Amino acid sequence: MSHGAGGNASRRLIEGLIAPILFPASTEPLGDAAHVDLNGRRVVITSDAFVVKPVRFPGGSIGELAVNGTVNDLAVSGAKAEALVVTLVLEAGLPTEVLRAEIEAIAQAADEAGIRIVGGDTKVVEHGKAESMYISTTGIGAPIPGIEINVASVRPNDKVLLSGPIGDHGVTILLARGELDLEATELCSDTRSVLPFVQAMANAAGSAIRWMRDPTRGGVATSLNELARDARLGIALEEEDIPVRDAVRGACELLGLDPLHIANEGQFLAVVAPEAAETILDAIRQVPGGDEARVIGEIKEQPAGAVLVKTRYGGTRIVDMLVGDPLPRIC
Amino acid sequence: MKFVDEFRNPALIHKTVEEIQRLTEPGRHYRLMEVCGGHTHAIYRFGLKDILPPNIELIHGPGCPVCVLPMGRIDDGLAIASRPNVIFSAFGDMMRVPGASGSPLEHKARGMDVRIVYSPSDAIKLAKANPDKHVMFFAIGFETTAPSTALTVMRARQEHLENFSVFCNHVTIIPAIRAILDSPDMRIGGFIGPGHVSTVIGCRPYEWIAANERKPIVVSGFEPLDLLQSILMLLRQLKAGEHKVENQYKRVVPWEGNIAALRAMAEVFELRPYFEWRGLGFISQSALRLRNEYAEWDSERRFAIPGIRVTDPKAAQCGEVLKGVLKPAQCKLFGKECTPEHPLGALMVSSEGSCAAYYSYEHRKTALATTAGTPA
Amino acid sequence: MCLAIPGKIVELVPANNATAVVDVAGVRRRVDLGLLEKENPGIGDWVLIHVGFAMSKISEQDAAEQMKTLALLGESESAMQEVRGYGLTSEECGEGTLDPSPDAKGRPGCAQS
Repeated sequence: MSHGAGGNASRRLIEGLIAPILFPASTEPLGDAAHVDLNGRRVVITSDAFVVKPVRFPGGSIGELAVNGTVNDLAVSGAKAEALVVTLVLEAGLPTEVLRAEIEAIAQAADEAGIRIVGGDTKVVEHGKAESMYISTTGIGAPIPGIEINVASVRPNDKVLLSGPIGDHGVTILLARGELDLEATELCSDTRSVLPFVQAMANAAGSAIRWMRDPTRGGVATSLNELARDARLGIALEEEDIPVRDAVRGACELLGLDPLHIANEGQFLAVVAPEAAETILDAIRQVPGGDEARVIGEIKEQPAGAVLVKTRYGGTRIVDMLVGDPLPRIC
Repeated sequence: MKFVDEFRNPALIHKTVEEIQRLTEPGRHYRLMEVCGGHTHAIYRFGLKDILPPNIELIHGPGCPVCVLPMGRIDDGLAIASRPNVIFSAFGDMMRVPGASGSPLEHKARGMDVRIVYSPSDAIKLAKANPDKHVMFFAIGFETTAPSTALTVMRARQEHLENFSVFCNHVTIIPAIRAILDSPDMRIGGFIGPGHVSTVIGCRPYEWIAANERKPIVVSGFEPLDLLQSILMLLRQLKAGEHKVENQYKRVVPWEGNIAALRAMAEVFELRPYFEWRGLGFISQSALRLRNEYAEWDSERRFAIPGIRVTDPKAAQCGEVLKGVLKPAQCKLFGKECTPEHPLGALMVSSEGSCAAYYSYEHRKTALATTAGTPA
Repeated sequence: MCLAIPGKIVELVPANNATAVVDVAGVRRRVDLGLLEKENPGIGDWVLIHVGFAMSKISEQDAAEQMKTLALLGESESAMQEVRGYGLTSEECGEGTLDPSPDAKGRPGCAQS
């Protein structure tokens, strides 16, 4: 079952099975959130389910992820999260203190992101039918004034921005499972709300933002491949401009993984008009935690539908979507 | 990262490429085979084809243990693991490789206890942690990996670990190179030798290629500068009309190999009379099995295996691609029926396989560039 | 065909003399030293790691020599052309011309790290 790991398999499941039945009339590309008109007022709505093992890991936990994930899906859709509904699916026998810690994590993350929890549901399933706990969150938000995101507005020469180092979350989780017997004391998940960055960008030059996405499962490579496909344009990245921490690089070299395929929970990608790139970068860098944001590449006419990475010494390679989960390899 | 970053130094890379350009004779076509799948992967990952002169053609060799493994062996391994209380453990590389009955991951989705291990020694830990289960380690790899399996089996015997066995699919590289050289349609000018295999077997086993086949061979590292320097060394030999074994990867590869590793292999393994290679067919004395003294840790002897044989689709031209007669995209199935998500042929199975590497890193680049009429 | 990565030995595990903790860019793992007998690796040594086993001790000297060789590439040729331009023969050109160390223009030299 590789359909949940982001990347191609998930996309085929959604586009091949789910979307044709549920949204037969829709012609729009799949986004992170839906824009709905409620009696003349536009609201943005999104839903996400969280399954992570272990539920606690360096830098965060499933409760925090469940809030930030939804806040971030709304943020990169140009909306400020206002209200959140939380559903918990609990495995019978889950220790109360584990549950309490996650509820507290949810409350704290919601507080930090400035979102109200307005309701929810709890289900308990038999022992062995779930892995300690799953969380699903649905968030509703209001459009951030000044941002009008539309993949069709992406043009050649637009700049691709990345908010900070990639792969921290995915590698942290991989190591936290303990199966690989690897340790990286300095590494922790990057889970955080990206809303403050998006708000700063909107204030600085909101109209110059063409597209945004938080590169969670499947990593930067998958998000950008989706963009390239939806926009029918090419994306050229400069490998040396993509920030990757040493420990993430080390783990990736050791396990034969590509940091571009590793999940993030506190980063975002943006495509912006070239003339506004510096202004927007400055705005991101003004926000605490935004100092490592940078331009990592640009939009090109060709190769349409594909993402190309340029190495420092003039070589290039295509970076594809992930096929299934990133698996460590020895060959 | 020390011993990594300095071998990706752009200024030195440019310099080495300039020297390569200076050495290539116009009008001469150079066909060099990188034997090792790790090299294939590195060549694509670093985009080396973009910076090499167009008359240097790199042919991707048979050194991908996942690719050359016959599909039936996967089904045999899965058949053992479908018994009650057996845990199937393997490297991540094997997890998506399809057998006729599905891949290990698909079997896991259907309820089989399948675990990814990073090291054979982790499989031993798994066995100790699950004393009521049997842990089968699905061993793959060339001589680089075989000593680790050997040492692990030796430790299992020392510790009287009864609930552990190895399904041995270790293969040896020299017979495969020989098979390629014996092929009548073989057209290769020189070899980039497998650096990590050579940490174990050293450089001597290649001397026959140089002597009898009159082909130069340079044992190479895996960073861009290693590969470029090895190509340069091959070109120098070709220019001078020489054919000798050279060691580019001296910082890691001793000329004599790793004696302790060879001894561990000799202690635990013996050669199989013959073994099937996907894409190349049966090759005599090309694979390892556990010696009688270690029969207790040999999954094949401990459990009856069905001995499944699955033939590849006739249209798949893996053998021709392996020998360098065809390029990956020239195979009729490439990118159509046969893709990394649904591999039909051997070379699409692992990201090290030449078809999969070409598909992932190169094929759309060239295809799109050609259709657009502009360089990507 | 085999992914292997350099790592630095940071700890020898006392309970088991054939095991070491190896650091790869801040990521640590226990690595089996059972395949290195003669090499006698110690703390601070670099080893090549494959599937949790140290396969080989990495020679800093050979790495430095490789860098030196590469840094020299083409140098002799261009140096010769340069001296020819002054009407001198190559024999009269001193060793200094071939110095591979980084020059004022920041040209890369031998292994720096």
